[in-house]
Amino acid sequence: MSGGNQPYRLAEGGRIDRSRAIAFTFDGTEYEGYAGDTLASALLANGVHRVARSFKYHRQRGILTAGAEEPNALVEVWRDRARTEPNRRATQQELFDGLATRSQNRFPSLGFDVGAWTDKLSPLFPAGFYYKTFKWPSSLWMTYERVIRRAAGQGRAPSRPDPDRYEHAYAHCDLLVAGGGPAGLAAALVAARAGARVIIADEQAEPGGSLLSYPADGPEIGGRPAAVWLADVLTELSTLPEVRVLPRTTVFGYYDHNFLGLVERVTDHLAPPNIAAELPRQRLWKVRARQVVLATGAVERSLVFPDNDRPGIMLASAARTYLNRYAVTPGKRAVVFTNNDSAYRTAIGLAEAGVDVPAIIDLRPNPGGGLVDQARQLGLPMLAGYSVSAVSGRSRVSGLQAVRLSADGTGIMPGLRTEVTCDTLLISGGWNPLVSLFSQSRGKLAFDAAAGAYVPGTSTQEERSVGACRGTVGLRDCIAEGYAAGAEAAEHLGLSAKRPPDPDIDEPAQTDPRLLWSLPGKGASGRRRAFVDYQSDVMDKDLKLALREGYRSIEHVKRYTTAGMGVDQGKIGNMNVLGIVADTVGADIPSVGVTTFRQPYSGIAFGAVAGRAPGKFLSPVRTTPMHEWHAAHGAVFENVGQWKRAWYYPRKGETMRNAVNREVAAARASLGIMDASTLGKIDVRGPDAAEFLNRVYTNAWIKLGIGRCRYGLMLGEDGMVMDDGVTTRLADDHFHMTTTTGGAAAVMSWLELWLQTEWPDLKVYLTSTTEQWAVIGLCGPNSRRVMEELTEGIDLSAEAFPHMAMREGRVADIPARVFRISFTGELSYEVNVPAAYGQAAWEAIWNAGRPFDITAYGTEAMHVLRAEKGFVIVGQETDGTITPIDLGMDWIVSKKKPDFIGRRSLFRSDTVREDRKQLVGLLTEDQNEVLEEGAQIIDEEAPPAPPVPMIGHVTSSYYSPNVGRSIALALVKRGRAREGERVYVSMPDRTIPVTITRPVFYDPEGARQNG
Amino acid sequence: MMQITCPWCGPRDQREFRCGGEAHIKRPADPASTDEAAWADYVFMRTNPKGTHRELWNHVHGCRRWFNMARDTVSDRILAVYAIGEPPFDPDAAPATSEGAAQ
Repeated sequence: MSGGNQPYRLAEGGRIDRSRAIAFTFDGTEYEGYAGDTLASALLANGVHRVARSFKYHRQRGILTAGAEEPNALVEVWRDRARTEPNRRATQQELFDGLATRSQNRFPSLGFDVGAWTDKLSPLFPAGFYYKTFKWPSSLWMTYERVIRRAAGQGRAPSRPDPDRYEHAYAHCDLLVAGGGPAGLAAALVAARAGARVIIADEQAEPGGSLLSYPADGPEIGGRPAAVWLADVLTELSTLPEVRVLPRTTVFGYYDHNFLGLVERVTDHLAPPNIAAELPRQRLWKVRARQVVLATGAVERSLVFPDNDRPGIMLASAARTYLNRYAVTPGKRAVVFTNNDSAYRTAIGLAEAGVDVPAIIDLRPNPGGGLVDQARQLGLPMLAGYSVSAVSGRSRVSGLQAVRLSADGTGIMPGLRTEVTCDTLLISGGWNPLVSLFSQSRGKLAFDAAAGAYVPGTSTQEERSVGACRGTVGLRDCIAEGYAAGAEAAEHLGLSAKRPPDPDIDEPAQTDPRLLWSLPGKGASGRRRAFVDYQSDVMDKDLKLALREGYRSIEHVKRYTTAGMGVDQGKIGNMNVLGIVADTVGADIPSVGVTTFRQPYSGIAFGAVAGRAPGKFLSPVRTTPMHEWHAAHGAVFENVGQWKRAWYYPRKGETMRNAVNREVAAARASLGIMDASTLGKIDVRGPDAAEFLNRVYTNAWIKLGIGRCRYGLMLGEDGMVMDDGVTTRLADDHFHMTTTTGGAAAVMSWLELWLQTEWPDLKVYLTSTTEQWAVIGLCGPNSRRVMEELTEGIDLSAEAFPHMAMREGRVADIPARVFRISFTGELSYEVNVPAAYGQAAWEAIWNAGRPFDITAYGTEAMHVLRAEKGFVIVGQETDGTITPIDLGMDWIVSKKKPDFIGRRSLFRSDTVREDRKQLVGLLTEDQNEVLEEGAQIIDEEAPPAPPVPMIGHVTSSYYSPNVGRSIALALVKRGRAREGERVYVSMPDRTIPVTITRPVFYDPEGARQNG
Repeated sequence: MMQITCPWCGPRDQREFRCGGEAHIKRPADPASTDEAAWADYVFMRTNPKGTHRELWNHVHGCRRWFNMARDTVSDRILAVYAIGEPPFDPDAAPATSEGAAQ
């Protein structure tokens, strides 16, 4: 071993670059590692095992694994305040110069943590502790929750907005290979040679998977050392033009129809000055693959024995990775504790590297197989049929007690116990094939009883699992499966593939593990702590408690104990959970069931999901052609769907109410102008256009004259009001329909549905023209005078151009359609000009209107003006349960037409009920009191004991300067028959008496608009 | 996310489409003389099968055409895409295709 600052680094070997030393910090201490290291391997090289405090009990924890399954070594990576990344796995964080990291879940320091009292009191924190303790009284839950929230969670979120850039990429490929280990590469190679377009995603910094963890003199693949085979395959793949190898890329989700989500960590491994400005931090790939090969490998299981979470305890396979890939020994005196053959490789490798291996403890009384024989030949001491019943050393393993198991493995043979001094304990409980993606694809799992593991069963998508994720053990079989799957996938793609012969690999056969899910013993303290899920701090006894308390469904046991609910999703421990539950209830494992594997496979950044669309890019913004003018004139905008509409135009010092009152008064006193461009517009054309309108609107359309406009209501088939608007006949076979701003797209889709499915015989064509026209609403007694100044080719006299008519001509020298329609009850014109002329037309009218003190008014004033007239807004006075009859709009429902959409529903027993809610007006006693929209209406001044019968609600409420008082519209049961009666609006602290009136407050005869 | 083959535009992502609910709901020929129960059945009642479901879909962010689609509600496998007016898809009568059906 080399000395210096990396005492656990071997002098040679590994895939790290010793010529490039890298400085980094952990909890403020400076360390040095090498290029190619992960944070975990570099810490281990420096002898740092203990890196974390556990979630619930604040126990000291070490690095357990070498990969994405790491439950303990979660650290905070600190770049700056906006770039604080919590819960980064030390085993995945690549080292870069200046990398600054911190431990989590401890205060004030890792060595002394005041939260550790929870461990001492752990008997007080059993499974379901919070559910049981804070259940009563329920009124106090909000108080409890605030305290619990503070104690919960791991790591800290960044305190500033994320300044980094994330991209989304979309790709289609013939074959997506998830996992660049030997099996995945073999599949990719065969398919790519056949001409398939292949994407290979691998989680790690370099592809190779398990091949990277073999010793340099490891097995030869077809006569080539494994490392050479790997390099050759990667070289060949790089020469094939249709192959894309994505390192540092996790396939996190497998969705319908072979749609997969990948996240590529583009620059997370780089130090700031080396990050090219054009590179995103991460890239989210959305891939549609014709074929998928899953080669995601397997993760080693832990063993459930007392004190199994001490720092210095590590999975045996992880130790092999640190030894061979990073040239780091996990300790100086390492015991191997296993139930299977694979861990013997670790013992042999460590012994050959000069590490003292005082014992191999094997649960099996008679272990056999080639690897066991090799260990015997090396003279490594073996304790067969033994288990570990206690481990001492709080911040680092210092020794253990091995005990001889009883024949059935549930008890301890008295007398046969051995104390072993060691600083490292390397454990292996067998292997969990990573079936997450397979399961996400809705494939059915099968249980392999000998291995004690779930493996892929039946596929439901175009997918094949190969290698260790399928439960395959030997390297030879993994590569052979990869070749076969690559060839099959290629053939399904219609390509002709050549399957290479199975590789020639000399490797010992492995024998079955001994499956004991929970091992006996009381632990070093005499108080047993045997963890099943390290990250959520769940012990075997928590599972047993949950079962004693009556939980049976594995999904309930999981949620009650929180086993498998950490960010690692229980990759290491879930199988042990199932085994312990099955043993405890006396059932076999398949009958216990398996918890659902969900996306994402491992946590992904919100930023990656948001991509380039956070903040103002989240949703498209639609603006009208006159938007700049509104902005320049101080408009406050409101969102109406995606549209930005001018809400009101406050002058200096004006409140919203002042501004709206001024706008509302001006529109009736002289002249108002508003931008109505957002109204939905549909061009309806064809010989059957009038018949079509006759069927979709409640009123009659056949006889509407050319150049005339008509208001229409659309109903759903349930008879409820869906949309409204004015439609104009431009020619015998040509109409201009308008819809509500928010309903435009839905109405279009609805009309197409009827045309295409129910009435394909009608010759009608629909075109959305919403954005083709700019619409300028002019309103007020002086509007005709302004129009006279600007208009050519239209006789504007009331006789020649009456209310509800349309004329074409020129306004301000711009071709225009001018409509005399009114949503305010005033003399009004709606000037439609091609969108590109919108601002010019607006400015021309504005200038011509100056002598009349023209006033721009926004949507709020428009709402007040229409409410003064009792005009409804669909979606405000209606909510999908209101018929035209409820609105008092019987006049628009044709009595003569035999049918229109929704007609039959107007005669249903429910819609003809007499106690339906009906549209009425409400007047308060205090003329300045403006009711709250949405407030409930009741019959009694002093509400009786609940439940209080609600008889209606306020739909619109404003102060009306033109009426000189507050006004409101409401829906009240039997309201029309109750005109003049007093009811009460219920507020949290009082009731407000109101009188029911007709829903028209201004100019009920309509003299003004017809003028 | 499903990949749906629009009969006019070819395979596209699901998000270009909008589902319009159950297909082959027959509108009574003479609504005025349809009794209340039958009318309510037409307006409100829909099946909710586990297995083959025949649905209306609209390529709303594409060609705007409505079409029929038979989908397995368990696997989301698309069994058939067919034009408005064609008879309802019958899973038992359908030819056993694997490639086309699996998309």
